Amino acid sequence: MALQYRWRLFFGLIAIFLASGFQLAIPILIGSAVDAARSLDESTVEIVNPAVVGLIDSTVDIFGEGSNPARTALIIIAIYLFIASVGRGLSAMFQNYMGEAIGQHIGYELRMLYYEKLQRLSFSYHAGVHTGDLITRGIIDVEGVRMFVQTALLRTVFLMVLIGTGMYLMLSEDLVLGLISLSFVPFVAWHATAARLKLRSNWYQLQEKLSALTKVMDENLGGIRVVRAFASQDYEMKKFDDASNETLRLANVQVGIRATNISLMGVAFMVAMAAVLWVGGLKVIDGTLTPGELTQFIAFMSILLQPVRQIGMMVNGYARGSATGVRLFQVLDLEPEIQDKPSAKDLELTNGILEFHDVKFGYEGENTLEGISFKVEPGHTVGIVGPPGSGKSTIAHLVPRFYDPIEGHITIDGQDLRDVTLDSLRKAVGVVEQDTFLFTASVAHNVAYGDPWAPDDRVESATHYAQLGDYIERLPGGYDTTIGERGVSLSGGQRQRLSIARSILLRPKLIVFDDSTAAIDAATEQRIRAALTDLTTDRATIIISHRLSSLMHADEILFIDHGKIIERGTHEELLALGGHYNDLYELQIRPSENYSIGSDGELS
Amino acid sequence: MSVKATHERSHEIPPKASIKLGPTLDEEVFGAAFSGQVVSRFIKYVAAYKVLLWVAIISVLVFTASSIAIPLIVRDIFDSALSADTLSSSKLTTMMVVFLTAVGFNFVSNYLQELIVGRVAERILIDMRRAMYTHLQVISLSFMDRTEIGKLMARLQGDVAALQEFLQTAVFAIGDFVLLVGIIGAMIYLDWRLGLMTLAVVPVLFIIRIIWLPYARQAFLRARVTSSIVSGALAENINGIRAVQGMSREYVNYDLFDIRATDNLRAANRASKIGVIMLPIVDTLTGSAMAIIVIVGGFFVLGGSIEVGVMVAFILFVQRFFDPIRSLTMHYNVLQRAMASGERIFEVIDVPVDIKDKPDAIELDEIDGSIKFEDVTFGYLPDQPILKNINFEVKPGETVALVGPTGSGKTSTTALVHRFYDIWDGSVKVGGHDVRDVTQQSLGKHVSMVLQEPFLFSGTVYENIRYAKDDTTREDVVAAAQAVGAHEFIMKLPNGYETELEQRGGNLSLGQRQLISFARAIVADAKILVLDEATASIDSYTEMLIQQALVRLMEGRTGMVIAHRLATIRGADRIIVLQDGEIIEMGNHDELMEMGGLYSRLYSMNYASFDDIPDELIAEATKAAEGTST
Ligand SMILES: Nc1ncnc2c1ncn2[C@@H]1O[C@H](COP(=O)(O)OP(=O)(O)OP(=O)(O)O)[C@@H](O)[C@H]1O
Ligand SMILES: Nc1ncnc2c1ncn2[C@@H]1O[C@H](COP(=O)(O)OP(=O)(O)OP(=O)(O)O)[C@@H](O)[C@H]1O
Ligand SMILES: [Mg+2]
Ligand SMILES: [Mg+2]
Repeated sequence: MALQYRWRLFFGLIAIFLASGFQLAIPILIGSAVDAARSLDESTVEIVNPAVVGLIDSTVDIFGEGSNPARTALIIIAIYLFIASVGRGLSAMFQNYMGEAIGQHIGYELRMLYYEKLQRLSFSYHAGVHTGDLITRGIIDVEGVRMFVQTALLRTVFLMVLIGTGMYLMLSEDLVLGLISLSFVPFVAWHATAARLKLRSNWYQLQEKLSALTKVMDENLGGIRVVRAFASQDYEMKKFDDASNETLRLANVQVGIRATNISLMGVAFMVAMAAVLWVGGLKVIDGTLTPGELTQFIAFMSILLQPVRQIGMMVNGYARGSATGVRLFQVLDLEPEIQDKPSAKDLELTNGILEFHDVKFGYEGENTLEGISFKVEPGHTVGIVGPPGSGKSTIAHLVPRFYDPIEGHITIDGQDLRDVTLDSLRKAVGVVEQDTFLFTASVAHNVAYGDPWAPDDRVESATHYAQLGDYIERLPGGYDTTIGERGVSLSGGQRQRLSIARSILLRPKLIVFDDSTAAIDAATEQRIRAALTDLTTDRATIIISHRLSSLMHADEILFIDHGKIIERGTHEELLALGGHYNDLYELQIRPSENYSIGSDGELS
Repeated sequence: MSVKATHERSHEIPPKASIKLGPTLDEEVFGAAFSGQVVSRFIKYVAAYKVLLWVAIISVLVFTASSIAIPLIVRDIFDSALSADTLSSSKLTTMMVVFLTAVGFNFVSNYLQELIVGRVAERILIDMRRAMYTHLQVISLSFMDRTEIGKLMARLQGDVAALQEFLQTAVFAIGDFVLLVGIIGAMIYLDWRLGLMTLAVVPVLFIIRIIWLPYARQAFLRARVTSSIVSGALAENINGIRAVQGMSREYVNYDLFDIRATDNLRAANRASKIGVIMLPIVDTLTGSAMAIIVIVGGFFVLGGSIEVGVMVAFILFVQRFFDPIRSLTMHYNVLQRAMASGERIFEVIDVPVDIKDKPDAIELDEIDGSIKFEDVTFGYLPDQPILKNINFEVKPGETVALVGPTGSGKTSTTALVHRFYDIWDGSVKVGGHDVRDVTQQSLGKHVSMVLQEPFLFSGTVYENIRYAKDDTTREDVVAAAQAVGAHEFIMKLPNGYETELEQRGGNLSLGQRQLISFARAIVADAKILVLDEATASIDSYTEMLIQQALVRLMEGRTGMVIAHRLATIRGADRIIVLQDGEIIEMGNHDELMEMGGLYSRLYSMNYASFDDIPDELIAEATKAAEGTST
């Protein structure tokens, strides 16, 4: 980890040793205070601990000769007790602060790493995971790891030092009593390990179930119109209850483990204390131990009480930390499928000619595209048609290198897409996606999404090109109107036009319209196209559409079926061919009464 | 770090990107640390677990009592069994039994308090979440349109958890309070002079706390707010990752995220600093108290006025004395946070359900499938009517098409049939009943819709087509898929109908998703079928096949069809042309073509290329469309 942690960790560790030192000094001083107070004869102080006697001796001259030694000793002990407490407080402050600071920095770094990783992971990854799951990992799991580092890491060292020194002191003071008082340690250690393992798998499962619940809730809210349209609230509530009861069950198990854990650790300690009292008490009765020594012993043990309690909590922290850490690193360890080669150069745009050379591609082993070859030059347009699922959008996704072809290659001005930097490529290529996603932000921010430095006039002109400007300007808030997630407060066609505006604002050298006018009426579409003509004169355009009137002026039209180009040529050539394209054309231009809704009849 | 190597952070905020996401400070502050209203409503949820909670409170009390008793017993052991003059092993044995009994109580009550409080808190968490979620299922869509899903999710998760935490701490706070009182009582009881002297440090602590609190409150609040901003930014980026990558916004977003995360880091760091300051203060006070005990108590012992055991007990008490004070002030933080969360949760639960069933709403069993709009006026925002004086009627079994430029109000019209929104004026009747007079549940069973945006759920293809209709057979599902021409591609998927769909059907093409959502509507088997551009992303050939199948399916059903491809709706019994929220033409295809209005112009443009159309026609159509779409 970075250098900045080293010194923090260093100071943290120093603070730990100081804190444990002070912490342990306190019971010694208390024990001596009891001894001093018990001095029957006020002129002779019987303090057992030689270290304390030394301390008193070195300080005693301040009070001058002739003062009452017992009282002097008490005052001196009180002063040291005060100093030790302040010292303990200060070092605890440092130690906690360092722990938290390290935790926060690691949390920050993890967040940034996670964010950066997500941004680089390719479409193929994102298509396969649920956004709710990714969000949970980024928020809750990062938090889990942070909490773990913050509270558990340094504190573990602290507790270890404390327990270790405590053990040493007790054992060296009285071996038998020491052993008895520590008899609970093996039990606690064993139990803590067992509980940690149980908790860990429980946390992991719980986190997964929480993700599932998030998914249910998120989809319900996102698809609220479907839920309403099908009056399926009962069904949805059942889904929710199922998911939610799963989490409840696991959470209950967890609470159970925790409760057992905490109470057992407590009782183990108390029983050991009882044994110490019993054996020590008998020793006092025998006269082999002073009550002061026994008090000191009990005080030592009470120092251990807090750590032992905390072990119970830390076991949970460890379990949670490792469970969430696993989930987080599952993502952080991924290598993006699509990334710049080490030798990648920026794309050099000379003409802006896009070429597909015998491209083959499949999503999961299947052949989605095969033998796709075509070329688009600046000022030219390639049109693509085909039935649903034939692979049109897939072609569009290959151009900005959202995916890599399995075979064949794609070039722009002769440079293989895999040899250029993604950033330069995606700046040169604009894809108007079939499925519009808008951000919860103002219209202006949405239009300027690809270039947030764009001045107002560019935003406005792009919006006007997309034939949306007049509508936006009539809104009470104009370009500052906030549009909702996925643009719910816009109509379908308005949403598509906004997404067109967003892409043309970037003036890419190569632009792909993926069925981006499906929800726009023909008149508006033609106005968009007319407005765009002066923009598209020097750039290559690919238009995917089901509406043939949008394509008929393309320089080449590709008819795709099952991932293959089965017909190609200009509108006229394809009509002359009399194949699928011609059929489509006939259907659109001269729909016979026969195949329309609401009437009966057969298709000839 | 690799990140820094590939990209220099500029930290310059672009003018057209917002840095604030998520709740603002004011939203968090939400008034005082204690809101009687929130608490009293929260108590209603808690009341269901009254008995358990009483057991928990009793456990807490027993636990506290035994925690106080244990040092007292230790004192007794020293005083009665081990003091110089009364060394007695039988006494020791008795005392040990007492001690162990106290330990037993301590153990059992500790277990019970942790277990019950933990479990009840989990239960209440679920109850509150469920209450909110249930409410979200009936809340009007206009509220949902305005509200970000991320914010609702934050309430369903974070805020509910804050209340859970509050409940836990509240119960333990009772214990802390009792412990504090108990310790004070015990000290006074043991020796009131020493007790009072020791307690002299308490006011000091309180004064320091009072000075400290406002700073701490501010700092913790800021840490929390900045943290939710970071979460909001993360969620936004994940949801829009395709747009982000497609438009190369990664670097800008990374910078923006860094600004937010750094903000949060600073705020959290400051909160830590302010938090840990209390540690040396409390320890200094503990140290003072112990010094007082050692000196004064020690002198008392020397003077013979108290037993040494009293002094020991005092020291033990003092060490535990500050814990409850510390956690009580800590609870203050939780309390304040819980109040803000509670306000936000109840804010959602309190959103009035604008659209609800009348008390005497009719359960629609059978309907004839007619639809009638009478003088309907409707808009989403006050003073901005979207639909104006809409009048039309669809007879049972008829199919009516809605056409018009984009944004003219077609989708809005269909939304009213299902009563997604309530109209301002006029009436919408389905099967002869005003939609406001029937239960929404039964209305929903008679109207099924293919929405403009095909939304699919995660789950298998089969589950998606069947959706809420549990009583559907597999044959029905397959038949519906066949009718819309989806069967073929479904069978080609890796697991056929059992193929798991990714989120929102991400592993299907848009057209395929549309087909599945179409099949889902058919399976719902309703009297009225609304198709909102159900075939917009589907080629004309596939569409024709669907329409053939529909001919049979639509028998005896009423249809409402929206399409931009006019070929699609040519054959409808009636075509309604909407413009700017008004019906400007109505009739069948031939009548409308003859009329030569907007429909005929749109129609001719639809198949012709624009340079085939005379310029004035474009100009006219443009002008016509101007009023609505632009
Ligand atoms: N939830 C909403 N809140 C506020 N305004 C809305 C909402 N939904 C739609 N609008 C506005 O109401 C108008 C009509 O929208 P509607 O969705 O009915 O149009 P449409 O005719 O279906 O258009 P399209 O063909 O583009 O889908 C539009 O101007 C749109 O911006
Ligand atoms: N992320 C994905 N994972 C797996 N399979 C996918 C994925 N995306 C698409 N497919 C499959 O690949 C095929 C081609 O999909 P594509 O989106 O390219 O079709 P399309 O021609 O654009 O169709 P449409 O006209 O419906 O938009 C389809 O069969 C689809 O199911
Ligand atoms: Mg597609
Ligand atoms: Mg619409």
